[in-house]
Amino acid sequence: MSRSPAPALTVDRDRASGSVLTGLLSSDLPRSKVLTVVLLAILLMLATTPFVFSGSQPLSTAAKICVFIVLVASYDLLLGYTGIVSFAHTMFFGIGGYGIAIASERLGATWTSVAVGLGTALCLSALLAVAIGLLSLRVRAIFFSMITLAVASAMAVLASQLSTITGGEDGLSFQLPYELRPAFRLLSEPVFGVAVNGRLIAYYILFFATLLTFLLLLRIVNSPFGRVLQAIRENEFRAEALGYRVVAYRTAASVLSALAATMAGALMALWLRYNGPDTTLSFSIMIDILLMVVIGGMGTMYGSVIGAALFVLAQSYLQVLMDAASKALAGVPVLPDLVHPDRWLLWLGALFVISVYAFPGGIVGRLRQAEQ
Amino acid sequence: MAEALLQLSGVHTHIGPYHILHGVDFAAPAGQLTMLLGRNGAGKTTALRTIMGLWQASSGTIRFGGEDITRNTTPDIARAGIGYVPESMGIFAGLTVRENIVLAARSGPVDSTRLDWMLGLFPALKRFWNLPAGNLSGGQKQMLAIARAIAEPRRLLLIDEPTKGLAPVMVRSMIEAFKALKAAGETILLVEQNFHAASALGDNVLVMDDGRIVHSGPMSELVADKNMQQRLLGLSLDAHQ
Amino acid sequence: MTDIAVESSASTEQLPRTKTDWLPLLLVPALALIALPFVGSGSTWVTLTVAGLAMGMMIFLMASGLTLVFGLMDIINFGHGVFISLGAYASLLVLGPLGGWVQADSIWLNLGLLLLCILAAMGFTAVVGAVFERVIVRPVYGSHLKQILVTMGGLIVAEQAIHAIWGASPIAIPLPATLRGAFIIGDVVMERYRVVAVGIGLFVFLGMQLLLNRTRLGLLIRAGVENPEMVEALGYRIRRLFVSVFVAGSALAGLGGVMWAFYRQTLTAGMGMDVMVLVFIVIIIGGLGSVGGCFVGSILVALVANYVGFVEPKLALISNILVMALVLIWRPQGLFPVARR
Repeated sequence: MSRSPAPALTVDRDRASGSVLTGLLSSDLPRSKVLTVVLLAILLMLATTPFVFSGSQPLSTAAKICVFIVLVASYDLLLGYTGIVSFAHTMFFGIGGYGIAIASERLGATWTSVAVGLGTALCLSALLAVAIGLLSLRVRAIFFSMITLAVASAMAVLASQLSTITGGEDGLSFQLPYELRPAFRLLSEPVFGVAVNGRLIAYYILFFATLLTFLLLLRIVNSPFGRVLQAIRENEFRAEALGYRVVAYRTAASVLSALAATMAGALMALWLRYNGPDTTLSFSIMIDILLMVVIGGMGTMYGSVIGAALFVLAQSYLQVLMDAASKALAGVPVLPDLVHPDRWLLWLGALFVISVYAFPGGIVGRLRQAEQ
Repeated sequence: MAEALLQLSGVHTHIGPYHILHGVDFAAPAGQLTMLLGRNGAGKTTALRTIMGLWQASSGTIRFGGEDITRNTTPDIARAGIGYVPESMGIFAGLTVRENIVLAARSGPVDSTRLDWMLGLFPALKRFWNLPAGNLSGGQKQMLAIARAIAEPRRLLLIDEPTKGLAPVMVRSMIEAFKALKAAGETILLVEQNFHAASALGDNVLVMDDGRIVHSGPMSELVADKNMQQRLLGLSLDAHQ
Repeated sequence: MTDIAVESSASTEQLPRTKTDWLPLLLVPALALIALPFVGSGSTWVTLTVAGLAMGMMIFLMASGLTLVFGLMDIINFGHGVFISLGAYASLLVLGPLGGWVQADSIWLNLGLLLLCILAAMGFTAVVGAVFERVIVRPVYGSHLKQILVTMGGLIVAEQAIHAIWGASPIAIPLPATLRGAFIIGDVVMERYRVVAVGIGLFVFLGMQLLLNRTRLGLLIRAGVENPEMVEALGYRIRRLFVSVFVAGSALAGLGGVMWAFYRQTLTAGMGMDVMVLVFIVIIIGGLGSVGGCFVGSILVALVANYVGFVEPKLALISNILVMALVLIWRPQGLFPVARR
């Protein structure tokens, strides 16, 4: 798939902008009309949320979608493109969050603290990813999942126990640099009736960091490096026989993926002005990531956008719907219990199992198939 | 003519994307030792594995004792009376020699006459009876693998390169053992690279190349015809002596 | 047949050496001795050691089935933790109607209750295991990636099902009256329940050893772990063998779950997954497919957790990661690697 026919996404009149777009997307276009429309809708929605919706709930939801797009896309680099199942992704997510939180709390609410926190977190993540890679290198590939699971849960326990540094189970609340606080006004006049305050700036930093990281990941998976990863996923032995050092490639993919996850964690902490075990480190987030990747579509970067958006929206709004349904069905045996809002993970779990069996390409794979 | 005990017709086998057997036809008559010769990669091992059902034939038929066994599962093929010694020998290294044999005799304890006969063929096994099979030498493992194949009466033995990597003295005793098995009336299909061993044992010979049978006939004919050896096997017997 | 006289004297010098691998076995006493000066007091050390052994036995129960399933069919079951949780919750089926036996001041009624809980748990998890194998595991043979994903999905669904049936909040379960408290010998304190746990664990381990080494079924399992293809070529239907091992492994996990539940005296749906971390470490340390390695690994991990937990509680889980790393550096295939093909 080199230069695939582009026009699906581009406006025909303007060939120049078409090729720019193709370049931005690393020639990896959505390849489905429905998918293109949905992706554009998500992009538009995320870009305009502060101006279109009022109140803090929609903005928080949009911010969470952004963070999870980065997190899930970086996980897909491992799972979908390299064929590795790691359970340590939340560990890197947490390192990013704690990096910002600890630095901001200790060194004061300055941009320098944010930079120091992010830099330290990135270095630590890279080191840990290499260490896990090297340890697993000595053993059969199948151990990788188990080792990452063990290491990640040990780190989660450690983080909650080192309460003097991490705030323990309570986590850390901290102040952001002045320019990101709600009290800061960039413009004295509101734009389209919305005050351009620090909160808005924080959101757009989040938004553009997400966009950039996503495009970068898209570039990576479509580079020669990414093609080798996919060759390894398809047939490890053949890739080895062709002279590729499988272990080196796998470790490199783990490091890249860890760095992006750390980035996501940092964004999450910046947005929440808080970091704790439940927001970044817990195993249930790991499960959420798995659900998002698989339901969105493994091995398709766009799947992470769809998966994250769908999942976060469902998490925020579907439960309200289920609650209503549960109440409406009151009196009917069993049914109200099954659609009770607390049961939503049950249904997602079932959907997940069915996806793995029936639609290994997830929603994106399904849409692309329908196109042909 | 009555049908041979084992009969392959037009068997094709694919392993993943690779097409290994390209229409194999041959017959192994009852009570005889049929040698299967050919270069490395000619498809000999794949042929045996296909007969055992360890690879699935993609087309063609395999008949054993008049029954079509092409689609049968490996355990059912084994139960039909085929003993198999793979190239890797398939010894259970963590089990003792005794346990390896006990396991091979699926239908129950080996009767003492059979046991005496087996251990007569391979006396070394008796000494190592209660030791882990993993401790045996290569030749001893090979003996155990063959003993396992004859631990109960079988109608056909498939044996893959029993002399591979063995010292000459071991090869000689292996040849003796096969002569004894022949004398006992066993039907054997033997894959061999060692033409010296093959020529000493075979009643019939099959030569494979590139996933096909390229020659089939009595062993004596091939032994007598140096040109044919040269052409089929790319070797001359004299050069290898 | 089975036994023939091994010819003696003359041939002995030609016998290949039997290498029994003692080194990993020595690790356990060595570790216990090294820990002694750090712990300081001898009586505390005994208490910790007994606690470690008890915990080790429970981990062994939970891990043994998983390691055999892996060895036999090359299947990783990340959903194994479900059987631990389900086993624990199944004890409620007995504790409900027979709640009175808990408080009864009779050791026989108390032990009988424990036994009934164990039977209920094993029965229940065996049935669920059979269903799990059929529905979740069977369609994904051969692909490790899909196995991990699908069994993980099974785990999510099953945990949610526990929430739906028994509620999401933790449930307290009482330890039977006579099993509470401790034996005190001099200044050594040993909790009674831990001693019982060690007893049950040893009983099951010895039973498994007998089964694996003295019966034809055990022989088949050991052979199957080494080389499943050859077992098939000898005429055995390994599928059936695998299903029975899977079901037995689930039942053992259920047994471990009950023991673990009474140890913590609390039930949570996630308790199985929590302990799975230790189970995976044990399996990696022991060598995939090795029951003996699993046993030694369990005790090693549990002892380390207890000693370190006493000396420096914050490092307990990290110390186990360290043990795993060291073992893998020493023996990449685990303490007792199973010979394979």
